[in-house]
Amino acid sequence: MSGPLLSVRDLRTHFLTRAGVVKAVEGVSFALDRGEILGLVGESGSGKSVTGFSLIGLVDPPGHIVGGSIRFDGQELVGLPVQELRRLRGRRIAMVFQDPAATLNPVLTIGTQMTLAVRAHDGVSERAARDLAARTLTRVGIPEAAARLDAYPHEFSGGMRQRVAIATALLHGPDLIIADEPTTALDVSIQAQILAEMRALAKESGTALIWISHDLATVSSLADRVLVMYAGRIVESGPVGAVLRAPLHPYTRGLLDSLPAMAAPGQRLNQIPGSTPSLLSLPPGCPFAPRCPRATEICRTDPPRVEPPGRLALCHHPLEAA
Amino acid sequence: MLGYVIQRLLQAALVMLAMSALVFVGVYAIGNPIDVLISPDATQDIRAAAIRYYGLDLPLWQQYLAFLGRLLQGDLGRSFVLNMPVLDLVMSRLPATLELALASVLIGAFIGIPLGIYAGYRPNSPLSRGIMAVSVLGFSVPTFWVGLILILTFAVNLGWLPAGNRGPTVEVLGVGWSFLTWEGLQYLALPALNLSLFKLAMMIRLARAGTREVMLSDTVKFARAAGLSELTILRRHVLRLISIPLVTVFGLEFGSTLAFAVVTETIFSWPGVGKLIIDSITSLDRPVMVGYLVLVAFLFVTINLIVDLSYALLDPRLRRGGRTA
Repeated sequence: MSGPLLSVRDLRTHFLTRAGVVKAVEGVSFALDRGEILGLVGESGSGKSVTGFSLIGLVDPPGHIVGGSIRFDGQELVGLPVQELRRLRGRRIAMVFQDPAATLNPVLTIGTQMTLAVRAHDGVSERAARDLAARTLTRVGIPEAAARLDAYPHEFSGGMRQRVAIATALLHGPDLIIADEPTTALDVSIQAQILAEMRALAKESGTALIWISHDLATVSSLADRVLVMYAGRIVESGPVGAVLRAPLHPYTRGLLDSLPAMAAPGQRLNQIPGSTPSLLSLPPGCPFAPRCPRATEICRTDPPRVEPPGRLALCHHPLEAA
Repeated sequence: MLGYVIQRLLQAALVMLAMSALVFVGVYAIGNPIDVLISPDATQDIRAAAIRYYGLDLPLWQQYLAFLGRLLQGDLGRSFVLNMPVLDLVMSRLPATLELALASVLIGAFIGIPLGIYAGYRPNSPLSRGIMAVSVLGFSVPTFWVGLILILTFAVNLGWLPAGNRGPTVEVLGVGWSFLTWEGLQYLALPALNLSLFKLAMMIRLARAGTREVMLSDTVKFARAAGLSELTILRRHVLRLISIPLVTVFGLEFGSTLAFAVVTETIFSWPGVGKLIIDSITSLDRPVMVGYLVLVAFLFVTINLIVDLSYALLDPRLRRGGRTA
C-alpha cells in the first residue's frame, strides 16, 4: 500500500450558531502513516477534538465540515454517504472518548455493548461475538474476561472501564484509532499504565493512533509526531523530540514553559498571558498575536503563511529564525 | 436486593394504614348515613336499634378499630343499600375496569413511546411537529367530548364498532373478560381508545424529552463511533436509558385509570367500578365508599411497589448488594 493511511487537506469545520460562524477547525492539513502515533495538542477550544470527530463524520450539529478533504486509505470521507461512513466507523476507524463513565451505557452489561459493536459489522452469532469480546478484553489486561462480560460498567473501576472502551475500539482490528483525551479522567498511575499499553497495542497490531490531549507531557511519552493546534489551526508540527526540545512557535514554547516540571521549585509557574481568543472574533492577523511576546506590527495585520515542509511553524517570527 | 424488597413492603404497609385512617375519617365526616337508611317516619326505637346494629353509636376510634380488625380478615363490610359484601360487589365490577384501564395504558405506551422516540430523534421534522400537535390535543381536549365524538364517528356514522356496553365475556378463573374474543375486543376498542388519548400524549412527551437528552450523550456518540446503526442505537441503547420515567408514568396512569375511569365508563355504559362508586356516593353507602377507596389505595400501593421493583431490573445501579470491583 503506497501513500499515507490518512491525508487531511485544508479541513474546515464550522459551527453555524446564532451569534455567528464559529470556525472551530480552519484549514487543518496533516498526513498519517500506517502504524504511526500522532499527538494532537492544544488548549480547550483549540479545535483538536472537533478535528478528531470530523475525521469520522461525528461532529455535533450545528457543526459541519464546510471544506477540505479527508482521504482515508485512498477513499474520500468528506461528503461520503452516512451509511458508508457507518461501515467504516468501528471497523476501520475506531474512537475512544474522554470519560468512560459517560461513554459506556450504564444499564447494559459490557458483554451486550461489545456484542452490539461486533455485530454492527459482522453477521456472526451471539456466541462468537461474545468470544471475540472476551478475547479482546483479555488483550487489554482485564482478568477473567469471560466472566466479566456479564458485569455492568459501574462494577468496574475508572481505569478498567477505559480498558473496556479501548477493547471495544480494538474489536475489529481497525487501521486507525482516534483517542480523545482518553486518560484525562483517570488517576495519574492508571494514566501511565494505559499510555504504555496503548502504545504497545498500537505498535503490535500496526494500528495508527491519533492521540488528542491538552497535556504535552503525555503526548511526549507516546507519540512519534506532534501537531500543536491553536484557534482551529495547526501552528506547529514535527517529530515529537524536535518539537519539544526546540519548539519553533512561541505558543508551543509557552505551553512547554507552563509545564510544572519545567519550573524550578518554589518559583511561580510560567503562564501564557491572556486567554484563548473567541473563535467568533479572531484578530485579522495571527490569532496568537495578542498573547505573543514576539509579536510585531505584521503579526497584527497579516496572517502568517505556512513555511517549510516537514517541520512546520505557522509564525512570522519562528524561534529558530530569531 | 432482599433488603430493598422488605423496606418497600414495610413502606407499603404504612401507606395503607395511613390511607385507611384518612378514608375512614373523611367518609365519617360527610353526614349521617342513618337518615338514608331508614324512612323518616320510623319511630325513635327503630332508629336507635338501627344505629346500634350498624355500630354507629360507638366513638369514632372504636368504629375505626373494628373496621381495621375486619379489614385484616379480608372483610370490607356489607353495603347498606344492597346488603351484599362490599368485596363481592367491587370484585364483580373490577375485572371490567381492570381490562379497560390496562388496554388504554398499553395502547398509550405501545403507540406513544415509538412516536415520542421518533419526535425526540428528529425534533425538527414535519412528522415530529405533527406528533407533538397530537400530544397537545391529547392533553387539552376533554375526555368526555372525545368519547362522544368517537361514538358519533365510529358507532353512529360509520357503524364499525358498538357504541357502548361490554358485550359478551369469556369466563377465565371465575371472572368474565372481554379481550379474549373478537366481539369483546370490538366493545373494548372505543372506551379504551378514549381513555388512552391522555396517556398517549403523556408517553409521547416523556419519550421525546428523554430521547432528546440521551441522543446528545457520549453513550450515543460512542455507539455511533462503533458503527452501530441508528435503529440499533434507538432500540437497544436509548429505549433502555429512558425507560425509568416511562415505567413510572405507566404505573401511575394505570392506577389512576383504575380508580377514576368513571367519565369514560359512564359515556360508554361500561359496567366498571367507576359507576359503582358514583352510585354509592349518591346513596351515602358508606361501607362501599370506604371499601372501594381502601381497595383503590391497595391497588395503587401494589402498582407502585411493582414499579419500584422494576427500577432495580431496569437500572443495575439501583440493585443493592451487587458486586462491585
